[in-house]
Amino acid sequence: MLNAAVFYFFAVLAVASAIMMVTRRHIVHGAVYLITALLATAGIFLQLQAEFLFVVQIILYVGGIMVLFVFVIMLVNLDLSLRLVQFNRQRFVAGVLALVLGAQVLGAFWVSRTPIGRGPAAAVSPQNTEAIGQALFGRYMVPFEIASILLLVAMIGAVVMGKRRI
Amino acid sequence: MLPIGNYLFLSFTLFTIGVIGVLTRRNVIVMLMSIELILNAVNINLVAFSRYWGGVDGQIFAIFVITDAAAEAAVGLGIILAFFRNRDTVLADEMDLLKW
Amino acid sequence: MSHFLASSTFRELILPIIYGVVIVLILPLAAGYIVLLERKVMADMQARLGPMRVGPHGLLQPIADALKLLLKEDIIPQNADHFLFWLAPVASVAMALLAYAALPFGPAFQVADLNVGLLFILAVSSLGIYGIVLGGWASNSHYSLLGALRSAAQLVSYETAAGLGLVSALVWAGSLSMKGIVQAQYDRGVWFIFYAPVGFFIYMVGSIAETNRAPFDLPEAESELVAGYMTEYSGFRWALYFLAEYANMIVVAGIATTLFLGGWLRPFAGFHDHFFGTSIELLDIVPTLLFLAAAGFCFRLVPRQPVRIQKRFMAGVGGLCVFLAAVMFAVLFAPAPVMAGVHGAFWFLAKVAAYIYIFLWFRFTFPRYRFDQLMRLGWRFLIPLALVNVIGTAVAIALSEQWGLPPAVSVAITLAATIAVAVWLAARGDKPITAAAQPADGD
Repeated sequence: MLNAAVFYFFAVLAVASAIMMVTRRHIVHGAVYLITALLATAGIFLQLQAEFLFVVQIILYVGGIMVLFVFVIMLVNLDLSLRLVQFNRQRFVAGVLALVLGAQVLGAFWVSRTPIGRGPAAAVSPQNTEAIGQALFGRYMVPFEIASILLLVAMIGAVVMGKRRI
Repeated sequence: MLPIGNYLFLSFTLFTIGVIGVLTRRNVIVMLMSIELILNAVNINLVAFSRYWGGVDGQIFAIFVITDAAAEAAVGLGIILAFFRNRDTVLADEMDLLKW
Repeated sequence: MSHFLASSTFRELILPIIYGVVIVLILPLAAGYIVLLERKVMADMQARLGPMRVGPHGLLQPIADALKLLLKEDIIPQNADHFLFWLAPVASVAMALLAYAALPFGPAFQVADLNVGLLFILAVSSLGIYGIVLGGWASNSHYSLLGALRSAAQLVSYETAAGLGLVSALVWAGSLSMKGIVQAQYDRGVWFIFYAPVGFFIYMVGSIAETNRAPFDLPEAESELVAGYMTEYSGFRWALYFLAEYANMIVVAGIATTLFLGGWLRPFAGFHDHFFGTSIELLDIVPTLLFLAAAGFCFRLVPRQPVRIQKRFMAGVGGLCVFLAAVMFAVLFAPAPVMAGVHGAFWFLAKVAAYIYIFLWFRFTFPRYRFDQLMRLGWRFLIPLALVNVIGTAVAIALSEQWGLPPAVSVAITLAATIAVAVWLAARGDKPITAAAQPADGD
């Protein structure tokens, strides 16, 4: 009961702020709504008992990536752009695409038709962080290293892009 | 845990909102933010299934997705900054250097 | 009644709520008195007296300040973004307060002992940056925006260094739960500051930068940016920022205390000698003696007060100290959990106070950094050193647990190596960037 209430609270919050983010004219407001949506997602992770991911989501996504976004928004903030049209002329295409996507997902729900109910008794390990650590440095060692190389490449790329003269 | 359909539907909703945002907005930064929303929707799916099957593999993939999002944000924002310095705009349909 | 007190509803639902309310009520007062302490310490270091008018030795000054701030006019600049201008200080305070949920003020006094307690505190305090950045942007003022941007760059840089500094203690503790970390220090019989002194140093520097304190107070450098991101704020909203800053100071002090200074453990926690024939441990008498000493100091000051009401007030403060000493003594005979809770809270708060005192001391000792110096210190000295320190700590643990060396020896070996690296980094870091390496700043 409490579980469901928590889920619906965060779900509604996430969807509402996602809609606000896409529709706001002001980009800083959009960023704030995106932060709210990300925090709501973190709440859903917590409701799913993935507490390590809950913290990672907040530290990395909200405390890291979004700070970068806000930083860049402030650097390129143009009062001029506020007065321009915010949407392009692809509304029709976007609507159709969303409908197609929706139909596809609903179709998948329908076709699979397995009772989408409670899963096989999902025993959650109380040591979520330890389990993730074991998996990351055990079975997923190679992907982990590749991800670190990806980050290194991205870092160098960002530095090169940030230089005034290449 | 609630029936997994709830999580799938939430994830789908966020995903669609993100797609609409990428397709309709003119501002590149908002488009990037919509992409973040899409990645986030995927993460909800991954974590929900990880809970459904009782392992941590889904969560590991969510961590990789977040890593990817960080890399993408760093490079993407770097490109936007460089472009803004050169052309004084962040609107996608004015980025037409390759059109002629 | 006792049945209810032992029930799980009470322990898991009511008690945390009571703790939370107590923290929220006491915190503004504590912040106010830290400000008073700061002014007094500053005055002392500059051979002045500091606030003396309101109450004896200015003891009521924080209350007068709070009243003044509450009664001030609430100004919102005309072109400010109203919603964000309102949201920013509130978010700042909310995030600062949220961090207290996982802070253990003693073995009993903790709102929630999370599995990922330390990460939770770090995550929540990393959100405080939005209060600063959004507030600075919403003010629609150049000083504010520049302060906000500086602060964003500074916080992101030093968060990394401080987090890596914490890792070295975490590796020794092997737990992310705040209680687990303190328990690990009890089990090993040593505070982790002795196992990871370099980590403590890095965290201390990083935490000063994170709380925007001098010598890293560039976001609000008054000689350059008026007041940085707070320039357009006044009255109660300004007070909220102020509260958030001091609340954050207590949070970082609490983290440092828990990870490096043994949390609520008293010094020599493994020393269990008793008084003859009683169950009272010898060292548990120390808090009582400390409070008695403070009371004696107050009573000595009474005759020197100029006005009669101030004499009475000073005597009252002395009486309060005697009362606290009596409490500290009385709980020695109370059931073990009560006794551990009260004395744990005492030691925790004492260590937090010591850490904050060091903050104040730094503020009045060091001149402010220039922004490029700040960035160079963070990225070219602290972060590399923190990475080396993490490796060093891992090697120390491997040496002591795989090869059976005593921890003191393995720590000494890796510490020497780490300090050698630090010296090399410091010697290298001072070199100015040559004109050839620096791209011409044309546009």
